[in-house]
Amino acid sequence: MGTRECNHICDESSPGIGEAGSTGEWRTNMPVIDETKCTASKLNKPTCFLCWLYCPEAVMTKGIPPSINLLYCKGCGICAQVCPVQAITMAPEKKNL
Amino acid sequence: MAIQRKSNIHIMDGNQAAAIAARLSRVQVVAAYPITPQTPLTEQLSLFVESGELKAEYVAVESEHSALAVCTSASIVGARAFTATSAHGLAYMHEMLHWAAGARLPIVLACVNRAIGAPWNVLNDQQDSIAQRDTGWIQIYCRNNQEILDTVIQAFRIAEQVYVPVMVCYDGYILSHTEMPVDIPDQADVDKYLPPYKPHTTLDPANPKNYNLVTLADPRVGVEGKLCHGYMELRYLLQEALQNSRETILDAGQEFNKIFGRDYARMFWEDRNEDAEITIVAMGSLAMEAIVAADMLREEGIKVGVLGLRVFRPFPKADVVRVLRKSKLIVVFDKNISYGSEGATCSEIKSALYGTYINASIRNFIVGLGGRDVKARELADATRKAIASLKETVINPDYPEWICQI
Repeated sequence: MGTRECNHICDESSPGIGEAGSTGEWRTNMPVIDETKCTASKLNKPTCFLCWLYCPEAVMTKGIPPSINLLYCKGCGICAQVCPVQAITMAPEKKNL
Repeated sequence: MAIQRKSNIHIMDGNQAAAIAARLSRVQVVAAYPITPQTPLTEQLSLFVESGELKAEYVAVESEHSALAVCTSASIVGARAFTATSAHGLAYMHEMLHWAAGARLPIVLACVNRAIGAPWNVLNDQQDSIAQRDTGWIQIYCRNNQEILDTVIQAFRIAEQVYVPVMVCYDGYILSHTEMPVDIPDQADVDKYLPPYKPHTTLDPANPKNYNLVTLADPRVGVEGKLCHGYMELRYLLQEALQNSRETILDAGQEFNKIFGRDYARMFWEDRNEDAEITIVAMGSLAMEAIVAADMLREEGIKVGVLGLRVFRPFPKADVVRVLRKSKLIVVFDKNISYGSEGATCSEIKSALYGTYINASIRNFIVGLGGRDVKARELADATRKAIASLKETVINPDYPEWICQI
């Protein structure tokens, strides 16, 4: 099936989750949260959330512990870099091993 | 067809003609950076805006790159946009030329053809616009100042129907700074000819859209669940638009004739090709010089015709073949050079003839680079030389001859 029915003549799209496709497929390293270290989890309070603040893809939630939407997480590792207690580590994706 | 209105002929140079055409086209945004020999055109447009004769936003920019960026932004929100440049300015616009065409924005650009450095040179040749051949713009070349005025108006009509930007090219100094009679159309007639611009997409804050973001190689399903073009499909659509623009260009020329009494329903100009055995091919003002050369050769009994290229992109292959079917010798004069190959229009002619039954010899001459004067006598001499060379065994030499003093 072709794209002839798409009536755009230049690239045009609507802003929305997943507009660029399942960008999680780009990931080579996956962020893993260690609940024993995460400040929000340890204190059982909605606090810190630097990972949520810095995530460029907005895939981090302000949960206790924070959760990650891996369908769109590109695995950039910024959350691991900004975590003040090193609760997030980047683990190699199994599919790439 | 009888034209009822009186003529309104004024003596003006090519830049004036282009500026008046932009005004008559009711352009809404002008962004340009002055560069020789285009400068008087931008000066005239800023005067029109300042005096209120042209109700447009004149955006003074710091570079040609920004000039076309402004026009691109203006065009996508629905404004009729015009810019003009020459040589290094056009080279500096290169990236935005791709952007305007890729975004399918019907901008009109007047390119006042000038040589490109190094070394510095402000005089005429066509290397600047030929170097932008593959940016996806329609390119139309003018032979005189009346054609400049008429072509700018037609360019908006063409661009806004096929959503492809149009470059109106005319030779620096030879046309831009040379005064000749130009018939200025009535505003009411131009309004009748040129309906308001309807953009192919609308920016609406209530319904936000992304335009021309990173587009992946393959088509993808958008958030609305529809399969969207990938990069390559969009490139195909641009090619398809240019391939199919011939009818629109001819229609724009025909409708122009109905209202203004000057016929542009043609992809190129012809002179005495009916019985011609030898065809001279030239583009822009050089095509006028070629007619004088043909006069000289006809007096000697040589059956010479002229094909004056007008629309260079899309290149009218089938039309060219129809005209050249009787030619035994085609002499192509180029004011440009594709280094290591030949003149760009010569390559086009050869490409058009491939696979047809026409087996004419082709001779290519490079002339007039950097403002070197091209006399009709020189074109006639070169044509005689080409005729004499037919006795040689090589049908088509690999490389062009240069008319210079090396």
